[in-house]
Amino acid sequence: MSKQQVSTRINGEETDFLCFPEQTMLEVLRDTLRLTGTKEGCGTGDCGACSILLDGTLVCACLMFAAESDGREVTTIEGIASGSDLHPLQQKFLDHAALQCGVCTPGFIVASKALLDEDPEPDEESIRYWLAGNLCRCTGYDKIVRAVQDAAAELRAHPAK
Amino acid sequence: MSDAPQFKYVGTRPVRPDGVDKVTGRATFGADFTLPGMLFGVVLRSPHAHARIRSIDVSAALAIEGVLAVVTGDDFPEVEDDVEMGGEGEGSIKDLADNVMARKKALYHGHAVAAVAATSLKKARAALDAIKVDYEVLTPVMGLDEAMAEDAPLLDEALMTQGLSEPATKPSNIASRMVMGRGDVEQGFKDADVVLEGTYNTPTVHQGYIEPHACLATVNEGGQATVWCCTQGSFEVRLYCANVCGLGLGSIRVIPSEIGGGFGGKTTVYIEPVAIMLSKQAGRPVKMSMTREEVFRASGPASAARSKIKIGAKRDGTITAMQASIAYEAGAYAGSPMGPGCMSVFASYNVPNLAIEGFDVLVNKPKVAAYRAPGAPQSMYACECLITELAEKLEIDPIKLRLKNAADEGDQAPYGPTWGPIGLKQCLEAAKTHPNYQVELKEGQGRGLAVGFWFNIGFQSSAEVHVNGDGSVTVIEGNPDIGGSRASMAIMAAEELGIPYENIRVQIGDTDHTGYTMVTGGSRTTFATGMAVIEASRDVISQAKARVAKIWQVDAEMVEWSNGHAVPKAGMNVDQAPMSFAEIVAKTASSGALIGRASLNARGAGPGFSVNFCDVEVDKRTGKVDVLRFTAIQDAGRAIHPSYVEGQLQGGAVQGIGWALNEEYVFDAEGVQQNAGFLDYRIPVASDMPMIDTQIIEVPNPAHPYGVRGVGETPIVAPLAATANAVADATGVRIRDLPLSPPNVLAALDAV
Repeated sequence: MSKQQVSTRINGEETDFLCFPEQTMLEVLRDTLRLTGTKEGCGTGDCGACSILLDGTLVCACLMFAAESDGREVTTIEGIASGSDLHPLQQKFLDHAALQCGVCTPGFIVASKALLDEDPEPDEESIRYWLAGNLCRCTGYDKIVRAVQDAAAELRAHPAK
Repeated sequence: MSDAPQFKYVGTRPVRPDGVDKVTGRATFGADFTLPGMLFGVVLRSPHAHARIRSIDVSAALAIEGVLAVVTGDDFPEVEDDVEMGGEGEGSIKDLADNVMARKKALYHGHAVAAVAATSLKKARAALDAIKVDYEVLTPVMGLDEAMAEDAPLLDEALMTQGLSEPATKPSNIASRMVMGRGDVEQGFKDADVVLEGTYNTPTVHQGYIEPHACLATVNEGGQATVWCCTQGSFEVRLYCANVCGLGLGSIRVIPSEIGGGFGGKTTVYIEPVAIMLSKQAGRPVKMSMTREEVFRASGPASAARSKIKIGAKRDGTITAMQASIAYEAGAYAGSPMGPGCMSVFASYNVPNLAIEGFDVLVNKPKVAAYRAPGAPQSMYACECLITELAEKLEIDPIKLRLKNAADEGDQAPYGPTWGPIGLKQCLEAAKTHPNYQVELKEGQGRGLAVGFWFNIGFQSSAEVHVNGDGSVTVIEGNPDIGGSRASMAIMAAEELGIPYENIRVQIGDTDHTGYTMVTGGSRTTFATGMAVIEASRDVISQAKARVAKIWQVDAEMVEWSNGHAVPKAGMNVDQAPMSFAEIVAKTASSGALIGRASLNARGAGPGFSVNFCDVEVDKRTGKVDVLRFTAIQDAGRAIHPSYVEGQLQGGAVQGIGWALNEEYVFDAEGVQQNAGFLDYRIPVASDMPMIDTQIIEVPNPAHPYGVRGVGETPIVAPLAATANAVADATGVRIRDLPLSPPNVLAALDAV
């Protein structure tokens, strides 16, 4: 089977790539486009390490065909900071030591951004349920939840441009 | 304490030096490396849990276009017997080599039998289907009872049990037996007013690190191999690959990537030697990544265990005797954590009469690997449940009973040494007065408490401190940073050097770029490598002072170091302005670079004790257990970066809660794991957990300049029993076998 051409926008940049129809978005991001910030933890949609935004909606890149991104807007962890400014979620993850090994962190930050885009004032329970699709084995989630709460407060006080 | 040291940086909570790269996706983990011309390697795995390999035909696979290498056990050299693993590993390198690629027998479902490298992953996977393996299928041995039975099918027909009082006369699945103890337990039980016994089973569980094993290997025409991989110990990877592949240590360079969790599971090798052999055959770089399913089936989970415990006590709570018989599943090859499990089971208590017996038992499951405090969660779960049962029987408060018998400085540990300063009693006292311990429970809720312990280790570490021209400093050390250790190293260097934390970069050297450093494990990194960083910092200061003494034309001892500057010794009759690192380097460039070094064998690791307590609510209609509150109290000796110490306590607590409530390998009758994925092997998720409250106790370890003990492993030990004791308290029913999953809890409640 031959490759097909896909035209998409990734982190605001027009991006064209060729892929086989059965290739996942995760494979293309990591292996073709070398955007390796999106991680593979399971390949079956159970761990959330490959969380990305597709037209602003949270999806697992491992469960999505790359060809489905044609004509859509993809946001990965590499597109969360603006220029040299970290997103408040990124800064709060650092301030709260909300990462240990850091491999789940890109997925958590992307998933948390999707949450705060939708609900600027989530309570602890909402955060915990929203992030239930992202596995972290190091932190026990405590500091992650606190970082998201703090980032939400920061974003409410200083809305992003 | 009035003589408590005053620290400027130790105990603060700065952002970790590698933090920005890890929140922006820049940090490179095991699967993130590529090389031009890279091939993709995949492994053919046994579909049988126990089978003799009669023959393997790889010719059809090799004939496929794009397939450039195929290896089987025949392509690997024979490994001498009796090569010790070193590092945190248990067992022999001969067994390790056989585990990496099966030779005569496949010993578990998922055991590697062949591997392929091809120009694409798709072609490599297709080639696996073309390999023909002729198996003689044998009966799998899947549990301790089956394995220890007289007429059990044997995994290794030549295995004679070591450590029996009489030498073994026929082979068995029991690799070894150990005994230890003191006093007279029979007399101790006679002296007791109450004697309780219980048998407790814990299942096979996995570390569950989120990053699957991944590596990239390239072997050049001169026989020099370079391996990029995610590992807890690059020097162990080098040693194991050298032995398994028949290469010299000097022929292999191991470059550790960032590591996405390990918890002991990345202290050994699986795919790295295979990638080397494939690359050697193909003449191209070979990348290999395990799938999550492969990680479950073919890496190293933690031992299932059965612990029989017996405790005798006086009516006032004084324990007179403790006895344990603990069998650990080793998986396919000898080397369960029987030793540390037996040594730790009664470590928390000062009891005159002890008898402990352990068994290391082969079963047709993957060879176990270290998992955070290896062996202790299983055995101490049993002990801490029975201690709680004893407290109930004697109607003594569980903290009071533990305090009455708790190990303290000057007591002799069950495994021999005399305890130095330890913080068990302080942790128990802190629990007693903790606000969470005063919370009133409602109907259907229960509270459980347990003690945890781990030895902690030291051993060899190296570090260098390089002073840059602008006075900033680069620290190079050899422990992959698995949980924020760069921050701890930078804090300790800042404390010694007297320069701002922000001016220090910490890099993890590869095996060619730093001195031998043992694995990131055993809760040794902040203790042992921290000592190396402190010593290397002191070395660079001493060199800097010597250079300044020359400039000032005074004796070296007339120069002191204060706040990041060389200063004249108090009372010295010279009028010299303090000199910073930048000024010293600028003025002494002719003396070469300013580099401090240390390589040491850290002795005197401080044992770590903890107390955890937990409140649960049990839904009696479904058997579901909700954790309402969890409090982890632990003696850290000295918390260098308290946030990362809290993080260890919280993460260990949640892993332990997962072990208690949900996690287990489920096998079918043929020995095939039925839940080899995160959907069915359910680790705790955010919505399962409350906040994990922590309290750090600091009883300094006298062997470390700042008092550091290890902290990473102890946190997983106490949660199993704390949770189980809470469930027993909530339901009035004691369930001794984990996990306390809804069906198991419901069945136990229905049986009453």
